[in-house]
Amino acid sequence: MSVITKPGEAVAPVDTITVTIDGIEVQVPKGTLAIRAAEMIGIAIPRFCDHPLLDPVGACRQCLVEVPDMGNGRGMPKPQASCTLECAPGMKISTQVTSPAAAKAQEGMLEFLLVNHPLDCPICDKGGECPLQNQALSNGRGESRYEGVKRTFPKPVPISAEILLDRERCILCARCTRFSEQISGDPFIALVERGALQQVGKYADDPYNSYFSGNVIQICPVGALTSVSYRFQSRPFDLISTDSTCEHCAGGCSLRVDHRHFQVKRRLAGVNPEVNEEWNCDKGRFAFVSGRGEDRITRPLVRRDGVLKVASWPEAIDAAVAGLQAAGNSVGVLTGGRLTVENAYGYAKFARAVLGTNHIDFRSRPLSAEETGFLTSQIAGRTLGEGVTYGDLETAKQVVLVCFEPEEETGAVFLRLRKAVRKKGLKVTTIAPYASNGSAKLNATLVATAPGDEAAALAGIELDGDTVVLVGERAATAPGVLTAVVTATAKAGARYAWVPRRAGDRGAIEAGCLPTLLPGGRTVADSAARVDVAAAWGVDSLPAEPGLDAAAILEAAADGELAALVVAGLEPKDFANAVATREALEAAGFVISLENRLSEVTERADVVFPVALIEEHAGTFLNWEHRAGVVNTVIKQANNPMTDLRVLAALADALGKPLGVRTVAQAAAELAELGAWEGARPASADAAKAKPAKVKAGSYRLATWREMLDGGRGMDYEEALAATAKPAVARVSPTVATAAGLAEGDLVTVTTAAGSFSLPLEVAADMVDGTVWVPTNAPGMSLGEYGVLAGDAVQLDRGGVA
Amino acid sequence: MTDLLTPVLSANWGDEKSWDIAAYTASGGYAAIDKAFAMTPDEVTNLVKDAGLRGRGGAGFPTGMKWSFVPKDNPNPKYLVVNGDESEPGTCKDIPLLMASPHTLVEGMIIASYAIGCHTAFVYIRGEVLHVIRRMRHAVEQAYAAGHLGKNIHGSGYDLDIIVHAGAGAYICGEETALLDSLEGRRGQPRLRPPFPAVAGLYASPTVINNVESIASVPCIVANGAAWFSSMGTEKSKGMTIYSLSGHVARPGQFEAPLGITLRELLDLSGGIRAGHELKFWTPGGSSTPILTGEHLDVPLDYEGMASVGSMLGTKALQIFDETVSVVRTTLRWVEFYKHESCGKCTPCREGSWWLVQLLKKFEDGVAEEGDVDKLLDVCDNIGGKSFCALADGAVACVTSAVRHFRPEFEAGYHTPAYELFPYGRSALFEVAEGSHA
Repeated sequence: MSVITKPGEAVAPVDTITVTIDGIEVQVPKGTLAIRAAEMIGIAIPRFCDHPLLDPVGACRQCLVEVPDMGNGRGMPKPQASCTLECAPGMKISTQVTSPAAAKAQEGMLEFLLVNHPLDCPICDKGGECPLQNQALSNGRGESRYEGVKRTFPKPVPISAEILLDRERCILCARCTRFSEQISGDPFIALVERGALQQVGKYADDPYNSYFSGNVIQICPVGALTSVSYRFQSRPFDLISTDSTCEHCAGGCSLRVDHRHFQVKRRLAGVNPEVNEEWNCDKGRFAFVSGRGEDRITRPLVRRDGVLKVASWPEAIDAAVAGLQAAGNSVGVLTGGRLTVENAYGYAKFARAVLGTNHIDFRSRPLSAEETGFLTSQIAGRTLGEGVTYGDLETAKQVVLVCFEPEEETGAVFLRLRKAVRKKGLKVTTIAPYASNGSAKLNATLVATAPGDEAAALAGIELDGDTVVLVGERAATAPGVLTAVVTATAKAGARYAWVPRRAGDRGAIEAGCLPTLLPGGRTVADSAARVDVAAAWGVDSLPAEPGLDAAAILEAAADGELAALVVAGLEPKDFANAVATREALEAAGFVISLENRLSEVTERADVVFPVALIEEHAGTFLNWEHRAGVVNTVIKQANNPMTDLRVLAALADALGKPLGVRTVAQAAAELAELGAWEGARPASADAAKAKPAKVKAGSYRLATWREMLDGGRGMDYEEALAATAKPAVARVSPTVATAAGLAEGDLVTVTTAAGSFSLPLEVAADMVDGTVWVPTNAPGMSLGEYGVLAGDAVQLDRGGVA
Repeated sequence: MTDLLTPVLSANWGDEKSWDIAAYTASGGYAAIDKAFAMTPDEVTNLVKDAGLRGRGGAGFPTGMKWSFVPKDNPNPKYLVVNGDESEPGTCKDIPLLMASPHTLVEGMIIASYAIGCHTAFVYIRGEVLHVIRRMRHAVEQAYAAGHLGKNIHGSGYDLDIIVHAGAGAYICGEETALLDSLEGRRGQPRLRPPFPAVAGLYASPTVINNVESIASVPCIVANGAAWFSSMGTEKSKGMTIYSLSGHVARPGQFEAPLGITLRELLDLSGGIRAGHELKFWTPGGSSTPILTGEHLDVPLDYEGMASVGSMLGTKALQIFDETVSVVRTTLRWVEFYKHESCGKCTPCREGSWWLVQLLKKFEDGVAEEGDVDKLLDVCDNIGGKSFCALADGAVACVTSAVRHFRPEFEAGYHTPAYELFPYGRSALFEVAEGSHA
């Protein structure tokens, strides 16, 4: 494991001690384990149970070394497990390199491990990348002397819908069980039985449903844990690996993407100590097949006589150009939150320099003017060095979560917080309607708060210089919260970070996909900034009139005030009001959609351009820290679909106003050259007045957030993953349940102004009264369809919708 | 001859209803508590140190010194845990002691708890011995009723609660850290050390873990003084202890004698090897202690004496085997026990015991191959000293010591089944059908 420090950060002085390993002196920080000290001088001691991110256990005994001197002149009588042996000053350690006894002990251990192992490497997924196989060859005996009967088990057994367990291959290193307990806090698997019959077990019929379960497959040192999706798909040596960055959320986890036959076969957590360490979530790992359905768009579509028909590229570009020319600058651009920085930059430049409008917004979700002001004045232009990082979450004494459920919304943040809670005594406080599972695993103090009251709740929490406030994108629906976060942290000397949900959100802000922002944090309102960008782009001027935000764009389109829309990948149901969004798309005179799958937008579009999937193009995502994550092209085919950027460049060319960039590299170079704005930053926007929802007697305030595994289309076709999702429920406090005569498990109906939906009831003991929580986007039930937001009044009745 | 015996712990075992508090009190029981309360806790600890009492569970660690390891400045509660998970093949001293005189342990626990500053003490008793658990629970109830437990014991201001916990029948839970896990409600598997239990044991708090007999030996030390106790035994192994003789002896049973008595003397006391037979091999302290033979009859049965002949005093469970017994068969049965009881946490114990059983079975069946003895020893070498806890060391000790003393008998396994060389029925103490191999 390497020790990584942030650039520019002073390296704290560490107490070091000197030990001698195989005759080589090495200085190591106090508390270093012998196995790590050996790594530092390039000596690899074989190991199975040891994992640098898990607590030492010393179970497999593979890493035995001799200790001829403990540092006090006396040797240890028995060989020691180097994974649990802390270095002491002056200690002498002899590994297998210099100690025949250590080498024999290790050989013996490998022979034991193979006693009950089936040696089915030729049909095992792990064969070729298996630590047991590799170390048996590097550190084991050539042949086993075991001639007896092996232990057998029926196999494989599912431990969840996604993961299968082969108990015969298992060497009982307890990495998976320790991961589930220590890292993700979901101890739903444990070792059971004893002796050679010991095995990984789950509790009765309850599966190992954890958002992070896939990691146990990756850290399994044998082929005992396999995924339903990858099992028997490929041999490791037939795969081609590409480093990339996950596109599912703003966490920015590094990925290793393995493909074969021009198809991604699996994704693994990449090693990135500064971001995701060595973990990722199941959505990032398993949800990568949504672009393989029959709804994939591979050719342009043009609406003729009311029907979308396959068209040639020149035909589609002509149709798009005709539509755009007719619209002039009366165009709205909705980019969604899934674009790479380079693609987002393409849209931002296309809107300003080609269409001549500031009507551009990436937010395909509920938003507010307060949020626009906050993003413009506080977030845009912040660099990695200025903001909060994952590392800062570990060194903070207190983290306050506001409108943010890390486990559901940014898994890597959750894991880092949990690590800090376990290892560094971090105190987490959450302002939420109830303590979710994720909050419980963070041992968080709940400040039970009804939606809309978050700003007041924040005022009651003591902040200091060691506090970090993490505010989620849901704050847009809680008036006054964003402003309260800025002022409260400034006053207390605390720090805060805004954690959006989608991978492209942070990059879209820097690229200029907001009505108020040009690239690099330059504001539209600042004439100097406009001149700066116009000069760089080689255009006479940029539109100065303030643009409309996404909600206003849709409203204007519905009212016939906007003649055309250019829409990237987004879903109407994600907006505050899905019905109104669809109506706006239908009412708009002309809609261009850039998509990779047929969608509710393409259904309503006049021209549809196919664009590349994440694995088909390169680019950059900026995560919530504003850290750049590189996306590399995984599938390299000459006929890969075009990027959004390339399509926009083609349209610009046809419109006679060249975009100036057409490749990802060009866009990245131009954005880099443009650089960050060094001029004045806008003053912070005024706070929106918190207006507690007027809730009539018998009504409840709606609380909601998106769950990690939900009805999002990115998870499509990965049914095993979907089966591990949490069931959708409505949650209320015991008081509410009693008052309404409801019991846990009852089917209840939530009624909004726009209709009703039914869910089973769950009673949460710590739920704030007068509130009902439902998921934002469960499969088949999306709040956007009802046009309700957190804080809105809803009715709650017993029984299902007839 | 019987003057070799020094019945102290077992002195009241023959009394009418010796397990009842009335009988125990009548014979002077619970008087040592007041004597202890008159001393400071440190004085009690020093008294036990001065007496030279060493752990009777097998390792022989000085008991008083163990108590003094408990950090005084630790803000957590301190705990005393008495290990009554007596499960080793051959070992049978704590269970009879608890059956005959459970109050001796209760009294010892009160004094020990007082010495270490503990207010909640636990007795962890092997789950299979339900009758012993019941008797112990009854004794604790009686002690509460008599005011020996609970609040302000004997007006001293000292409070103590004792909790009798039933194990679930796992040998590994006799290993002290596995016992703690089990007591906490987890699966019994040994813990990583450090931290040691004295610093972070039960519920991560300072904990002293002692064997039943060790704690039961405390009241007599307090009552009679360190000098009285250390007048018994040898230079480094002080006091009296319970020797349990089983197997092919005329009168098996418990023999309480000073440490350092020899097997020859114990055999004299127990009527010798069963009539018409002679000693072949024996264990000094349960199946985990390397076996010895007739040539070790005069070695003192104390910690040093046993170490000098490559064995250990262990639990002083002397299993006696006469010349009718196949050492191969005995070893196999022992290793089968260890295989069954291996907790599975570490590789050498889990896989090694699985392998050893199959190897030894080949010797028993006479189908082992030339060189298998060396292979057996090498497998043992790969297990011994390399496992997480001492369970596996015990598992291989019986094998390596058996080969050391009886190698030709193992080599005979290359061609002749053990049951042909040693028809099993002959070693049985009861009628066995001709030709039975069980």
